[in-house]
Amino acid sequence: MSAQNEAGRQETVAPTASATAPSVPAIELRGISKAFGPVQANKDIAISVAKGSIHGIIGENGAGKSTLMSILYGFYKADSGQILINGKEVQIADSQAAIAAGIGMVFQHFKLVENFTVLENVILGAEDGGLLKPSLAKARKLLKQLSDEYELSVDPDALIEELSVGHQQRVEILKALYRQADILILDEPTGVLTPAEADHLFRILEGLKEQGKTIIMITHKLREIMEITDTVSVMRRGEMTATVKTSETSPEELAELMVGRKVLLHVDKKPATPGAPVVQIENLRVIDEQKVERLKGVSFEVRAGEIVGIAGVAGNGQTELLEVLGGYQNGTGKVVMNSQEIDLSGKHSNGQTRRARGIAHVPEDRHDEGLILEFQAWENMVFGYHHAPEYQKNALLMDNAGIKAMTQSSMDKFDVRPPNPKLEAKSFSGGNQQKIVLAREIERNPDLLLVGQPTRGVDIGAIEFIHQQIVALRDQGKAILLVSVELDEILSLSDRIIVMFDGQIMGERIPAETNEGELGLMMAGITDTKHETAGADQ
Amino acid sequence: MSKMPKWADAILIPLISILIAFFFSGVVIWAIGKDPIMAIKTMVQGAFGSTQGVGYTLYYATNFIFTGLSVAVAYHARLFNIGGEGQATLGGLGVTLVCLSVPWPHWALALPAAMIGGALFGAAWAFIPAWLQAKRGSHIVITTIMFNYIGAALVGYVILNILKVPGSMLTESARFPAGAHLPTFHEMLAPFGISFNKNAPANMSFLVAILASVAFYVLIWRTRLGYEIRAYGQSESAAKYAGINPARIVIIAMLISGALAGLMAINNVMGEAERLIDNAVEGAGFIGIAVALMGRNHPIGIFLASILFGFLYQGGAELAFWESIPRELVVVIQALVIMFTGALDNMVRVPLEKLFLAFSKKKEA
Repeated sequence: MSAQNEAGRQETVAPTASATAPSVPAIELRGISKAFGPVQANKDIAISVAKGSIHGIIGENGAGKSTLMSILYGFYKADSGQILINGKEVQIADSQAAIAAGIGMVFQHFKLVENFTVLENVILGAEDGGLLKPSLAKARKLLKQLSDEYELSVDPDALIEELSVGHQQRVEILKALYRQADILILDEPTGVLTPAEADHLFRILEGLKEQGKTIIMITHKLREIMEITDTVSVMRRGEMTATVKTSETSPEELAELMVGRKVLLHVDKKPATPGAPVVQIENLRVIDEQKVERLKGVSFEVRAGEIVGIAGVAGNGQTELLEVLGGYQNGTGKVVMNSQEIDLSGKHSNGQTRRARGIAHVPEDRHDEGLILEFQAWENMVFGYHHAPEYQKNALLMDNAGIKAMTQSSMDKFDVRPPNPKLEAKSFSGGNQQKIVLAREIERNPDLLLVGQPTRGVDIGAIEFIHQQIVALRDQGKAILLVSVELDEILSLSDRIIVMFDGQIMGERIPAETNEGELGLMMAGITDTKHETAGADQ
Repeated sequence: MSKMPKWADAILIPLISILIAFFFSGVVIWAIGKDPIMAIKTMVQGAFGSTQGVGYTLYYATNFIFTGLSVAVAYHARLFNIGGEGQATLGGLGVTLVCLSVPWPHWALALPAAMIGGALFGAAWAFIPAWLQAKRGSHIVITTIMFNYIGAALVGYVILNILKVPGSMLTESARFPAGAHLPTFHEMLAPFGISFNKNAPANMSFLVAILASVAFYVLIWRTRLGYEIRAYGQSESAAKYAGINPARIVIIAMLISGALAGLMAINNVMGEAERLIDNAVEGAGFIGIAVALMGRNHPIGIFLASILFGFLYQGGAELAFWESIPRELVVVIQALVIMFTGALDNMVRVPLEKLFLAFSKKKEA
C-alpha cells in the first residue's frame, strides 16, 4: 500500500506537462472502434482536440458519444485504435490510468457521496496516506485557490445533499481539477441546470479554457454547442460524420448532420381554439414521504383544445404535480375534472380510477414508470388499462391474442420500429419506447393527457413525430398538460406557459410574448423580471 | 442485441452446470478413495433402476414441485419467500386436522378437504410476514426465516400436547383413518396392468402437483392477477403508475405462495406418513428455493429441476446405503449442484454467451 501512495504523491508533485508545442493536439484519437456484440458502437473514429479549446461532441442517443468517452476514460477498452495525449500514445486500461493521463470526467449523473462534505468528496480516492487530515487541509487550500481563480465557489464543509444541483456539479469539476486534470470531459452538463446556472457553468468553462485546459463537452442541445464551443464534431450511428468550426456552421446544418436528413426544428401548428375547462385545479398541495412540502398550493386550469406547458428546473414540483393528477401521489386541495371533483387521496385515488375519468398519463420516466422493460411490447400496450373489458377473454383470462393484434395496429399507426409486438420493451430505442407509451395513452382517447418530458432521450427524428401527435390530439379538442425541462420544447409546443419554482407557480406567459431569458429568471425564482441582471447565480 | 437462443438459456446452461457439479462431486468421491463411476452408477440405479427407486424419486420430486412453485410465485412479485419450510410444516398441521376430524369414507372426499386445510394453514403462515412487509416494511426474507423456527416449534408443541396419542412414546399424531389413505402408484397403476412397487411412497399427490403446475402457468401468464404480480415484480414504481396496489399484490402473492407450500403436506403427511410427525418437511422448503432458481421460475423448469433433486435425494440415500459413502458427502453433492446451478449461474452463462456471439459473427462473415 505504501508503495502505491508514494507513486501517487510523486505524480501530484510532478509539474503538469506544458512544455509541448501548441500545435500538438491535447487528445488525438485514431481509428477507434468498439463493438458490443453485433452492435458497432464506434466505427473507426478519428478526432483531434486542440489544446486549450472547447470541443463539442453532438449526436443523437445511441450515436456512440458516451461509448467514445467511456473508452477515453478507461471504462471500456477499444477493439482497435490509438489514443494520443499530448502527442504520446497512451494505454488507458481503467479510470486510474485516465486520471494519471490528466483526464477528468464530469458525468451526467454525479458520482458524489451524498452524506459526505464537499472536501471529503474531493479527496475521495485521492487521499495521501492513511490519515485524512493532511489531504483535507491540502484540498481546502486548493479549493480556496480555485474558487478565487474561477467562479468555482463552494462551501468546502457543506454536505453534498444540502447543495443545489449546480453546486454539486462544481464539486465534480473541483474533483477533476484536484486530480490535476488538464482535459475535462463533461457529459450532458446542462441537463439538470437552470439557464442561469448553465450560463454560470459556461463562464467557468471559459475561465478554465483561458488557463489552458482542454474541454470536451457532450450534448444534444444545439444551442449550447453554438454558444460555447470552438469546434464541434457530429456523431451518427457510431461514426464521426463531420468536424467543423462552430463559427462556420448553423444549428440547421448540425441537425441535418446528426439525423442524416433535413429536420423541422420548430413545431408547425395552428393557433389554439380553447374551449371549456377540462380540468380545474385549486390550491393543490403535496407533502411527500419525507414530510417535505413539494407542491405549495397550485391553482390553474387546462381547457379543451389547448396545450398548457409547465416550465421549470427539474425538482420544483412538476413531478409531484403529474403524480398527484395521475393518481399515485396523495395530495390536498381541489381538482375538478369535467365538472366532477376527484378524490386526491384515499382508497379511490389511484391510477385506475384516474384513467376511468379520462385522464391519460405519459410519465416523465418511461423506464421506471411508463413501461415494464422486461415485458413484451403487447404487454406494455395495455399497461394500466389491463382491467378494461375489451382486453378480457372471459372472467378469468386476459385476451392475449386480441391484445397482440391491437398492439400490431397501434405500432403501425405510431410508426414504432421494429413493429414486433413480441419484442421486449428494453429492446426498442428510446424514441420507439416513447412512441409505445404515447400510442397506449393517446389511443384510449382521453379528455386530458398528462405528458412529462415527452422527448427526453428521444432522437430528433422521433421528436418531430411525437410533437406532431401531441398537437394533433390538441386539435381534436383534448386538453394537454405538458411538463418539460427543455425550454425550447415548452416554447414551441405550448399555447400557454406556466412557470414553476419551489412548488409554486411563478407566473403565466403566452409563448409569443416571452423569451427564454424571462422564463429562465422565473424558473430561478425571480418574479420581478425587470431586473434581468440580478442574482443569476441564486 | 440478440445474445443466445432461448433453448440455450433454458436447457444448455443448467445442463452444463449440472455436469460441472457432477465433475466436482466425482473429484470429492475420488479424493476419499471411492470410485466416482461406481458411485454415479449406484445413484442412477438406485433412483431409476427399479419401480421402487422411481417411486421414491417421484415422491421427493412431488414435494419439490410444490415448494418450487411456492418460491416461484413469490419470486414473480420480487419477493424472496424463504419460509416454504415453515409454511409446509403448518400445512401438515392443517392436513392432519382435516384428516383426523372426520371419519372420511373415501379418499376422493378427503383429498380436496385436506388440500384446502393444507393450503389455508400454509397461506395463513405466509400472511403474517406478508402483512408485515406490505404495511410495516419488515423485510420478508428475515420474517419468513424466523417464521420457519416459530412454525417448527408451534407444530412440535401441538403434536406433543394435543395430537399425540395418550400413552404413546412417539412424538407423532394418531394414524389417519383408512378413508383418508391416498392411492399410491402401486394402487393407481394396478388397474392398467402395470405393476409398481408396493412400498414406494409416490402417490396421487404427484398428479395434484402437475395440476398445480398447470394452474401456476395459467395464473402467471394468462390472468390479470398474474399480469399485475409480474408487473409489480419488475417495477414497483411502474406498478404504482398503473394503479396497481403494491400492498395488495405483496399479500396476495404471498398467500398463494404459502398455500402452495402448505399443499405439499398432502404428499408427505397424508400420502406417505399418514400421520403428523415432527420435522415432516425435512428441508423440502429450502430445496424449493434451489428448484425455482434452477427452473427459472417456470413450471416446466421447476418440474425438471424437481425430478433432478428427487434423483439426488433418492440416489444419494442409495449411495450412503450401498457404497459406505458417508451421508454427509451426499449432502455435499447436493450442495454442489445447488451452487453450480443456482449461485454460479453466470460462470457458465458469460462464456457461453461469448461462444454464441463468436459463432453468429462467423456466420455473418
